Amino acid sequence: MAELVRTPATPPTAIEGEKNVSLWGEAWQRFRKNKIALVGAGIVLFFIMIAILAPWLAPYDYKEQQLAERLQPPSSQHWFGTDDFGRDILSRIIYGARISLWVGFFSVLGSVVVGSLLGIVAGYYGRWVDGIISRLFDIMLAFPSILLAIGIVAVLGPSLQNALIAIAIINVPNFGRLIRSRVLTIKQEEYIMAAKAIGMSDWRILFHHILPNSLAPIIVQGTLAIATAIIEAAALGFLGLGAQPPNPEWGKMLSDAKDFLTQAPWTMVFPGLAIMLTVLGFNLMGDGLRDALDPRMKS
Amino acid sequence: MIIPVLLGMSLVVFFMIRAIPGNPAQVILGQKATKEAVAALTHKLGLDEPWYVQYVKYIGGLLRGDLGESIRTGAPIAKEIWPYLAATLELSLAAMLIAIVVGVNAGIISAWFQNSWFDYIAMVLALLGVSMPIFWLGLMEQWLFSIQLDWLPTSGREDVRNPIEAITHLYLIDTLLSGNTEQFWQVVQHLVLPSVALATIPMAIIARMTRSSMLEVMKSDYIRTARAKGLSMFWVVYKHSLKNAIIPVLTVIGLQTGLLLGGAILTETIFSWPGIGRYIYDAIGYRDYPVIQSGILIIAVIFIFINLIVDLLYAAIDPRIKYN
Repeated sequence: MAELVRTPATPPTAIEGEKNVSLWGEAWQRFRKNKIALVGAGIVLFFIMIAILAPWLAPYDYKEQQLAERLQPPSSQHWFGTDDFGRDILSRIIYGARISLWVGFFSVLGSVVVGSLLGIVAGYYGRWVDGIISRLFDIMLAFPSILLAIGIVAVLGPSLQNALIAIAIINVPNFGRLIRSRVLTIKQEEYIMAAKAIGMSDWRILFHHILPNSLAPIIVQGTLAIATAIIEAAALGFLGLGAQPPNPEWGKMLSDAKDFLTQAPWTMVFPGLAIMLTVLGFNLMGDGLRDALDPRMKS
Repeated sequence: MIIPVLLGMSLVVFFMIRAIPGNPAQVILGQKATKEAVAALTHKLGLDEPWYVQYVKYIGGLLRGDLGESIRTGAPIAKEIWPYLAATLELSLAAMLIAIVVGVNAGIISAWFQNSWFDYIAMVLALLGVSMPIFWLGLMEQWLFSIQLDWLPTSGREDVRNPIEAITHLYLIDTLLSGNTEQFWQVVQHLVLPSVALATIPMAIIARMTRSSMLEVMKSDYIRTARAKGLSMFWVVYKHSLKNAIIPVLTVIGLQTGLLLGGAILTETIFSWPGIGRYIYDAIGYRDYPVIQSGILIIAVIFIFINLIVDLLYAAIDPRIKYN
């Protein structure tokens, strides 16, 4: 009888000419080749840098009022002109990037954390737990999102922080549903059954196996959600329900500008452009991430 | 499914007003209000009863068509809400019409002439459209078309010097019913800027979805067969491809129609359009909570019914879809 020879399994790295590339490495390679996505990432990076370096980049203090220079058109002193209080619009837009990115990022982070928790619990435990959580999502999605946000801020009181909370709440069901559907698929996989068979606890399975395997769609959805959150925050600011004066929030700046359309159209042009460019950046980057992380979705 | 969701929505809206820190009556009347005034308003709003009693009364009222009374005007909300709702419906329908006609056709032509200059321009515009805040677009429209070019009115729903006699409160229909073509054109002129602003985002999303859906369908064998039979490209695209590509587009149209109702609040604020969005917005300023509550609930109910209609349309368009 031939003796059994134990040969070690050949790891993928040992295959000649093949590089060991992880899932994330492959995604990065695909993302790098997507020029439009890179443009989006460049725009996002540009605004992040502006937000970080605001105190050094802004030519004036964003609160500084120079009433003698109110409603000045763009010039070499004030590149984007001045508003009705004589404040430099460029400086306010630079500082405004901090507010918009802060609200966009943290509101989505809040939605991701709460939505993921609810989605995981609903998908993993199923039955009545799933029933209750899914109906809650259905109910929240039955409201037009901005309307629900307005309702929440109307109750909590107008402020930037409450606008952030409202935007986080309205986006919870989107992430919850996404994660729930991922969990329903993943929990049928053999490695989850194996983990259950060796007696691994539910929470360990959820947070060590299911959540890491759901990261890709969360990242894609999260990036696109930041774009929406920035517009929603600007909309609440525009309605006077978000950032309060003298905060240089872009939506609030547009709201102030609407009274001076005839005399000073520049007060309206630049904050709007800033919102549009930032949102465009996140949209392009989100589309690119989706193509990179899930090539089947590529249009 | 619709009844539990409707009940759940009524619960959300009901608890929204009760989630106000402190006594809502005190919030409404302000810090300087006397204790007696606060107690009277608390009683009037029914806030001194247990929550389940309040909820049952609230639902009972809703089922009888009683939406409560406005704190600001004292009038029953069910009576005063219709003119606002009609204004929003007119604006939203006009916006959706523009979004569907332009969006679907732009998507079709982009797919038909894939990678042409039209395709590139249309898709870049669509990308800008989804990234553009509608309130900014509205302001830009006002500045260009009203202030600079003086082509269209800046705001409002009618010419105040020539007021419309309301019959249905849908002014396009009212002016047609009264046979007043001059007023009809005035209403159309007032409708153009807000409806185009409101249409931009859905138009862009519909165009992108139509394009990708059409490209998918146009690769099918039966389309190649239709071409091989000698059918003109126009018929292949608009008859054979569109019918099969329209289902995902319809989903987007349904979703966007509902979202329009939310977007209408912003458009109505910019263009001083006396719609339900403006009604709710003004109510927020006056802390008129019954109006906020009822306004949000009515928009949400309309949103649900739009989605229901879209579901039923699927079955009408695609015979493979059947509902039990």
